Amino acid sequence: MSVAPDLTRIPAAEPATLRGYVRDWVLGLRNGNLGALPIVIGLVVIAIVFQSLNSNFLTAGNFVNLMVQGAAMATLAMGIVFVLLIGEIDLSVGYVSGVCGVLVALFLTPGDGQVPTPIALLAAVVAGAAIGAVHGILISKLKIPSFVVTLAGFLAWNGVVLLLIGSRGSIIIQDKLVISLTSQFLLPAIAWGLMALAVVGYAAVQLIHRSTRRRNGLSADPLSIVALRVGALVLFGSGIVLIANLSRGIPYVFVLVGVLFLLWTFVLNRTKFGLSVYAVGGSIEAARRAGINTDRVRIACFMIASSMAAIGGVILASRLRSVDSNVGGGSLLLYSIAAAVIGGTSLFGGRGSARSALLGALVIASIDNGLGLLGLGSGQKFVITGLVLLTAVAVDALSRRGRVTGRL
Amino acid sequence: MSGTAPLIQLTGVSKNFGAVQALSNVDLVVNPGEIVALVGDNGAGKSTLIKAIAGIHAISKGEIRWQGEPVTVRSPKEAARLGIEVVYQDLALADNLDVVENMFLGREKLTRTFQLDRIAMERRALEVLEQLRVTTIRSVGQSVEGLSGGQRQSVAVAKAVMWSAKLLILDEPTAALGVAQTREVLELVHRLGEQGLGVLLISHNLHDVFEVADRIVVLRLGQNVAEFDRRTTNQTEVVEAITAGRLSHVPGQAEETSA
Repeated sequence: MSVAPDLTRIPAAEPATLRGYVRDWVLGLRNGNLGALPIVIGLVVIAIVFQSLNSNFLTAGNFVNLMVQGAAMATLAMGIVFVLLIGEIDLSVGYVSGVCGVLVALFLTPGDGQVPTPIALLAAVVAGAAIGAVHGILISKLKIPSFVVTLAGFLAWNGVVLLLIGSRGSIIIQDKLVISLTSQFLLPAIAWGLMALAVVGYAAVQLIHRSTRRRNGLSADPLSIVALRVGALVLFGSGIVLIANLSRGIPYVFVLVGVLFLLWTFVLNRTKFGLSVYAVGGSIEAARRAGINTDRVRIACFMIASSMAAIGGVILASRLRSVDSNVGGGSLLLYSIAAAVIGGTSLFGGRGSARSALLGALVIASIDNGLGLLGLGSGQKFVITGLVLLTAVAVDALSRRGRVTGRL
Repeated sequence: MSGTAPLIQLTGVSKNFGAVQALSNVDLVVNPGEIVALVGDNGAGKSTLIKAIAGIHAISKGEIRWQGEPVTVRSPKEAARLGIEVVYQDLALADNLDVVENMFLGREKLTRTFQLDRIAMERRALEVLEQLRVTTIRSVGQSVEGLSGGQRQSVAVAKAVMWSAKLLILDEPTAALGVAQTREVLELVHRLGEQGLGVLLISHNLHDVFEVADRIVVLRLGQNVAEFDRRTTNQTEVVEAITAGRLSHVPGQAEETSA
């Protein structure tokens, strides 16, 4: 029965050698754990196709454009990830971002009612969180499906945008700080400094993590893997900074999105709340039996989605330098959901990450931008983006079919 | 006193749901280190009995003594505090979480900065799995989704043991398993007994029951009808008790006379 006695020691988390890593990765690929691979391939294909059709696509200037254009969508998508993780949907984030964008614009309109910029921004995020709390309470306490609640929100918050704008038609944003978000750029030296800081911080976290695990007798990543990860960050980081600096530089908003990404990645991976989110999405019954207050987790996820929508609304208002009655509408909502899904967040809950939102937003922003450069209209854009979304989900579904214990 | 007292002792436990008498005058004893099988046909009251012990249903009549002391178990939380853990058939594991995360779900260890203390949790999980000699799980960092039914059952049991269960109630632990995995789980149950835990095993599979149980308690229509020492009985005898065991009173008539 029991095999050799020395096998009683169970190896912990990761295989300990580089070879083991590669082997596990290949095994994972065969079993349908494609990870970020399809996205990376997709991005390469997108780059090649658009560059061959229009040589302006892969230019430093367009690269910076892409960052500014994709920022609002990426921000919304990171919030959407939380809602998708618990197996719900939020159709209202587009117009919630609109409402919050209009609020900021109103608060900052010169005149009697003007408030200091930080307070205006804080108020918008708090308003977003409050809206999310209302959605979350209706969904978890009254047990109304999230699709219905947020569909109602989609209509109602659109109405609120129109009511707030009133007869003005549009409100110009004059606040320097808000505008600077998408129109000001880091000095090259500062951009390099931030990049170095990120690399050093990442390397330190990885090395400390590794040495603590080893000290505790747990399996740890081999140094070669740590070096590879840090090396990859150096490569991508300096690539981004280098190219951006050839043009106008790294936009402020890129730093904001980066900070939000770090924040949510930390929350999802390192906190009790993050684990609860995954548990609720994976098996709400298991979560409940483990004593997790599932209602509170669900409400919190909707609050995060709406707060992130508020921040996205500010980014959008900053980029357009005004808000009008269409703010938060158009393709924003569906692009944001599509970004999260294309990036690898499951619509069925339990699987996803903040990273997936960024990768997906990069894909969609690239397609949108590339098709724009080709002079194609919204019709072609939507058809092509829809097909990409379908392809991404199909790749995911097909690869999962090969899984040993896959249930789909 | 606690040295000789049974781990749990039920005396004259009855439970009715309205007019339906689900349990009447049931006695049950589980001693530390003892594996007791609870068998009976569908509707014999096995589930009601474990739910009464686990604090999901309050009993209508009778007494439950825990390590010699009379107790009332009003909720699963209270049961867990005493050291009673139920491993349900559907396991209640989250597929997308790994072994360590599942074992600590809802009771995570945190560092001083309120982060998950992954290292402490992983060490403890490995310790418990080693103690139970669960050797087939390749890595505690793998998600539960990729585990076999037997391995999942082992994780669920290890989770209960880790939270200092003294009495482990296993509800049909081998129901959905293949031959090899059933073996794996039965061996684990055997080791639980060796390590001094009391185990109450609910099973339809008499073959499994005879493999691990020390004592076999038969319920029929909510009553004790027989109790066997595994070494001195055989399957025929047990089957007979399950299907035609003598009832001390016929349900239905009993209520009329006592009311």
